[in-house]
Amino acid sequence: MQIEIDEISKEFGTTAALFPVSLSLPSGALVALLGPSGSGKTTLLRILGGLEFPTSGRVLFDGSDATALTVQERRAGFVFQSYALFRHMTVFENIAYGLRARPRATRPPEAEISRRVNKLLDLIQLPQIGARYPTQLSGGQRQRVALARALAIEPRMLLLDEPFGALDAKVRKELRQGLRDIHDTTGLTTVFVTHDQDEAMELADLVVVMSMGRIEQIGRPQDIRARPATAFVRDFISA
Amino acid sequence: MSDIPLAYVPKAFKPVATEVPWVRWLLITLVFLVLAVLLFAPLITVFYEALREGVGAALTSLTDKESLSAIRLTLLVAVFAVPLNAIFGIAAAWFITKYSFRGKAILITLIDIPFSVSPVVAGLCIVLTFGANSWVGSWLVAHGMPVVFAVPGIVMASMFVTFPFVARELIPVMIEQGKAEEEAALTLGATGWRVFFTVTLPNIRWALLYGVLLCNARAMGEFGAVAVVSGKIRGLTATMPITIEMLYNEYSSVAAFSLAAVLALLALVTLVLKTLLEWRFADQLAAQHRH
Repeated sequence: MQIEIDEISKEFGTTAALFPVSLSLPSGALVALLGPSGSGKTTLLRILGGLEFPTSGRVLFDGSDATALTVQERRAGFVFQSYALFRHMTVFENIAYGLRARPRATRPPEAEISRRVNKLLDLIQLPQIGARYPTQLSGGQRQRVALARALAIEPRMLLLDEPFGALDAKVRKELRQGLRDIHDTTGLTTVFVTHDQDEAMELADLVVVMSMGRIEQIGRPQDIRARPATAFVRDFISA
Repeated sequence: MSDIPLAYVPKAFKPVATEVPWVRWLLITLVFLVLAVLLFAPLITVFYEALREGVGAALTSLTDKESLSAIRLTLLVAVFAVPLNAIFGIAAAWFITKYSFRGKAILITLIDIPFSVSPVVAGLCIVLTFGANSWVGSWLVAHGMPVVFAVPGIVMASMFVTFPFVARELIPVMIEQGKAEEEAALTLGATGWRVFFTVTLPNIRWALLYGVLLCNARAMGEFGAVAVVSGKIRGLTATMPITIEMLYNEYSSVAAFSLAAVLALLALVTLVLKTLLEWRFADQLAAQHRH
């Protein structure tokens, strides 16, 4: 799905988190929102997911206005920073949650839910952990379960907030490839937030560098590296 | 350098955070002593005094019309006050922890008012607001719904006194848990109510249970506020604590202590219930806290 961000701004009280920003994300792209904390990248991601509403501007999905769509109507697969797995449910129930939450008319039967959950567990390469609770998983396993849970609703896009932030360096490297593979298999437009320029440059097709609520540069990793648009970008990517 | 021994062997390994044995024993003894004097001795006395003239006498005094009416009234008050306070407490805690708004600190302070205001003052406020001399009260009386010196006033007074328990238990838990899980459920397509019942409620159930048990114990035991609003009408508006006091003042000590024993037993049952639930769900509790 193609995503168009048209002059979106966001204020919290009197402080501006985002100045009007515009951005066009091609369908099927793997996009990184890169910037230091306070740059507005997470706010922008939450606006895409419908968890936050912009003060002004529009969001367009495949050309049609999605600004007023509720979080449920967006159908965005959202992976939270600390994964936000339901701690009182097993991994299986976590992944099945979105299917069970559907209105009765479109809710798949139990056998179908089970089939889909198991297929997702295979996709994240953790076929044996359905009966476990989130607290019994490692950080990397939790991240992959969160990803499977987000994919279970057959989302129109995948949004990830610092998906590798809570992991140690080694696991982080492995899971980068994991995200790339899942993106390539599903073909979903994927946006992830990161403050790690290595991660953004290595993983994304398109990198959006942000600072202080503004977009500094949009481009392919190699272009940004070769021709940083501003002094901020040059400093940030060489750090 | 050379005269430092290569392998220094300490005389005894001692954990840093442990007191010498006699201090430890002193502290333990002190705790038991205080518990015995303040908790066990009075409790045993209540049962001893109740049964002084035999089980038969105690039971006879309990099946007395007044005592039965007091027990019924106390249970009735709890049946109304506890669920209502549970709902209000959840709503208040939800509002305070999930939204940011102006005046939040004031609201949190307001919730604590019943803890700082004397119950007698609270009772008086209800009498002044809803009593026959106020315009609200006279309207209510004229329409056959008296509040003061009647059951609604007693329920109100009990609710006022026990209001903070549920909210106070829930607020820290809900703050600690944040709203990420609720947001995740929303992005997965769940409606607000579904999120509440499948994510919020299971996450706060233990805090809620503690709050409700405390609220219940206090609602059944409340004396001061109820004494003012109830008018202490025998067999009509006298709850268990009120009846106990009246019986005691009339030197009916077996009756007074029997009723007191029943009240204490109700509290003990709540405590046992809580312990049983904790024991039954120990695995889940542990799983939730391990992070």
